Amino acid sequence: MIETQLVDTLARQGWMSVLAKARPGRVIELLRELNPPKTEVLRSPETGMVMVRGRAGSDGGAFNLGEMTVTRCVVRLGSGETGVGYVAGRNKQHAHAAAVIDAMLQSPELSDQVQSAVIAPLKAEKASESEAAALKAAATKVDFFTMVRDREG
Amino acid sequence: MTTALDLSNLRPGFQDPVREAQAAFRLILEAMSNPGSIKRLMLATEAPEGVGSAAGAVLLTLADMDTPVWLSPSLAGGDLSIWLRFHCNSPLTSDPSAAAFALAICDDTLLDLNQFNLGDAKYPDRATTLILVLPSLIGGAPVRLQGPGIETEVTIAPCGLPADFWSARTEVNSKFQFGIDLMLCAGDEIICLPRTTRTLEQGR
Repeated sequence: MIETQLVDTLARQGWMSVLAKARPGRVIELLRELNPPKTEVLRSPETGMVMVRGRAGSDGGAFNLGEMTVTRCVVRLGSGETGVGYVAGRNKQHAHAAAVIDAMLQSPELSDQVQSAVIAPLKAEKASESEAAALKAAATKVDFFTMVRDREG
Repeated sequence: MTTALDLSNLRPGFQDPVREAQAAFRLILEAMSNPGSIKRLMLATEAPEGVGSAAGAVLLTLADMDTPVWLSPSLAGGDLSIWLRFHCNSPLTSDPSAAAFALAICDDTLLDLNQFNLGDAKYPDRATTLILVLPSLIGGAPVRLQGPGIETEVTIAPCGLPADFWSARTEVNSKFQFGIDLMLCAGDEIICLPRTTRTLEQGR
């Protein structure tokens, strides 16, 4: 029981991360294509600040990295699933769409469809974007060991 | 680590938190400055069952992460606790003397008013504000009120208060500046009785 809960939690963390980091326009667009079910808004989208904390040093002591703007929203589907959206930035439609998608992913009937229609493409787009960025960075890499060391001799 | 809230039965709070909280604040302020007057808080219609929209709106408007809320035993632990934690971020306390707000459904058993925080000498405003949920604000035994905010005298007749409630209130507010402020709520209606309001029971 606890193990399946852990798997569920990890899976949910995974898709929430994908939704939070995706481009707002894409999340809203993909959701619209799905014909989302009617939802009840439990917490209408609101923008606020969260403190981002990090750990550094050998003892791993926490430090405050800085504040970032976050928009959050909570909705419920007619079938009872409660979805939560926390996204970076101040785009309220993005937070609402992320919450609806989170709720749909928890519904046994809709989960597979949403996984393949929303999460998979967003994940692929993110991966190709970061690969493109990595390639661009790699192209400018300087290999210091090819420099001639002419001081010797 | 805090446990995750079970959101499956959660009801919504304000639809438009900023505007509705401002409107509710204005009405609560008017009710508090005109003790004995009945105001209608037609907001937060989705407050958890048994609490009524007025008491719900008061908490959505005034309670936040800095105001510990005490719930009477019949309310504690239910959907209301989750609703308060979710929408107000309020810490819930089982210690009435630590509460900034106390919410109780009034039944025949008299609440011990002395168990609440009566304020301290430097900060009388830190006293507990008691929100009582009643079946109705009219139709009960009449009580005459006098004090700041009342020109001469005003009569209220809330229904469902225990018989010796008013004498207990007088007792607890007898050492002014200590005392508790009271909000009587039924459905979407509210009457506020700050500790400065004196009661004269009918027939005395």
